[in-house]
Amino acid sequence: MKIIVCIKQVPDTSEVRINPETNTLIREGVPSIINPYDLHAIEAALQIKDQDPASTVTALTMGPPHAEVALRDAIALGVDDAALLTDRAFAGSDTWATAYALAKAAEKIGFDMIFCGKQAIDGDTAQVGPEMAEFLNIPHIAYVKKIEKIETGKITVHRLMDDGYDVLESSLPLLMTVVKELNTPRLPSIKGKMRAKKIEIRKWTRQDIGAEDSLTGLNGSPTRVSNIFAPVIKKERKTITGTPDEMAAQILDELKALHCIQPG
Amino acid sequence: MDHFLTDDQKMIQELARKIAVEKIMPVRAELDEKDEFSWDIVNALAQSDMFSLFVPEEYGGLGKGSLDMCLVIEELSRACIGVSTTFAAAALGTYPLILYGTDEQKKKYLPEIAAGKKLVAFGLTEANAGSDAGGVQTTARLEGSEYVLNGTKQWITNGGEAAINTIIAMTDKTKGARGASAFVVEKGTPGFTFGKKEHKMGIRSSVTRELVFDNCRIPRENLISREGMGFIIAMRTLDQSRVGVGAQGVGVAQAALDEAVKFARQRIQFEKPISAIQAVQHILADMATQVEVTRAFVYAVARHIDTGAKDFTKEAAMAKVFGSDMAMRVTIDAVQVMGGSGYMKEYPAEKMMRDAKILQIYEGTNQIQRNVIGQALIKEAARHK
Repeated sequence: MKIIVCIKQVPDTSEVRINPETNTLIREGVPSIINPYDLHAIEAALQIKDQDPASTVTALTMGPPHAEVALRDAIALGVDDAALLTDRAFAGSDTWATAYALAKAAEKIGFDMIFCGKQAIDGDTAQVGPEMAEFLNIPHIAYVKKIEKIETGKITVHRLMDDGYDVLESSLPLLMTVVKELNTPRLPSIKGKMRAKKIEIRKWTRQDIGAEDSLTGLNGSPTRVSNIFAPVIKKERKTITGTPDEMAAQILDELKALHCIQPG
Repeated sequence: MDHFLTDDQKMIQELARKIAVEKIMPVRAELDEKDEFSWDIVNALAQSDMFSLFVPEEYGGLGKGSLDMCLVIEELSRACIGVSTTFAAAALGTYPLILYGTDEQKKKYLPEIAAGKKLVAFGLTEANAGSDAGGVQTTARLEGSEYVLNGTKQWITNGGEAAINTIIAMTDKTKGARGASAFVVEKGTPGFTFGKKEHKMGIRSSVTRELVFDNCRIPRENLISREGMGFIIAMRTLDQSRVGVGAQGVGVAQAALDEAVKFARQRIQFEKPISAIQAVQHILADMATQVEVTRAFVYAVARHIDTGAKDFTKEAAMAKVFGSDMAMRVTIDAVQVMGGSGYMKEYPAEKMMRDAKILQIYEGTNQIQRNVIGQALIKEAARHK
């Protein structure tokens, strides 16, 4: 089985702060990590490799040169090799252009399966995985929470839904985005860390993956950001007095007035 | 303090810390309460190559030294000495093979130990052979191409879980300690069973059992080195592992200190945190000083062993005796600083105190260590006369 895992390097914080003057993320002093959902994607691939040692797992990411660190962390976990898409031409990519570039790279690497985390904790779009499948013209299953069985040319998985789960069978090749319920990510190994220190990471530019200029980076991004601002959080406080029954009635009126609950 | 660790050593230390924080700390109280051994933790250690550290490179290991082992044992001990005992006992059981095994024996057993597929136990202690290790009564009688083992080993760490057991048994009772020999006995060998699981004061996440041999037949090739070498093998093995007990002491004492400082900063009495009270500060200061001094000494002994020194019996005994006595004092002080809270199971300090006690007892009581140090002093003085 030839497996690609797409990962993203993200800032290690759940409390993203925004510079009020430039309205951009403050990244200084915030360490970078592999997007936590992507660790479950890596684990899924490594578990398949544990069962079938002939499998190969390649980690793929797009980002600035520093994103190499995330790929080395993936190698330390047991991934075989890695490729980094890094080029000024990729700058300004929205999810569509990112998915296009990753799809071109995936075609170059070759695959039976692609795993992605369900979404990145910085952008939270959950779009890149499914869009990649569209570019590659292959099926995709999002929110995979269990891999039931893998047979020749097909796979059976459980997809997490709001009200339970679906059991789905798909042909291969297939792209899956995974949720944290799928597995418990392993820790790195000493041998993995030693290998990660030495291994050569492939670095590819737009030309290397044969991506068209018009579809790459800002040129290939239909999304236009007109304005970025930090939402102003308004806090109002009101004190209600009276007997418990009176106060309950007042709260009910207030909630109706705010359209929090249906009147009637 | 900077201890001039190499990049690799820092990486190994950091990884051991990660395992301690992510895999051991969340479950240590439950394992202690339930008296439960955790294969999940052993498997996590295996997956991270921790069992490869002490195995030579040519047999699938990383061939790392005593200092690397001490760093890992210290980090694991910060979370739970029960777990670090399981880990260190596997190394203890493997040293007889590493130090005295034939190439065939090493090829057969070491790669699986390094991969963490098989856990190891070391069987020396018996009901009547504790401090007096020469009092071993388990026998091994050669019959044709097989040795026949009879007897019972007591209080064996990893007993019942270990697939590979290195056992000291008498091949010639008339020769006393010179009649002891070392053997490998695999779990599942007919005539080899396990006695009751012991319920202990501390290190309850490590498993301790009797190993029972009743006409247990093992191939002659399972003899390590030659007949009569058992006692020497046991002593050299314990020399290797004893510095690790010092590292366990440093780890648990550091953890107890951290808990005490954290608590003292939060606990308000007389309208201020108790950390602002000088009497409390002085206890913490003494605890911290003892931990730092011991760490420096344990690392120094480990480095001395890693230079390839031939005889380090005295230094290893010093690291063990000083590290374990220090750990006992510091964990008691941590409970004292935390007062009533320290005595409660809601906080980890009482467990650390219960756990620390074993360090003064196992792998040779601290009284035996002082004998060892004393004898070495006399020998040295006699040589220089």
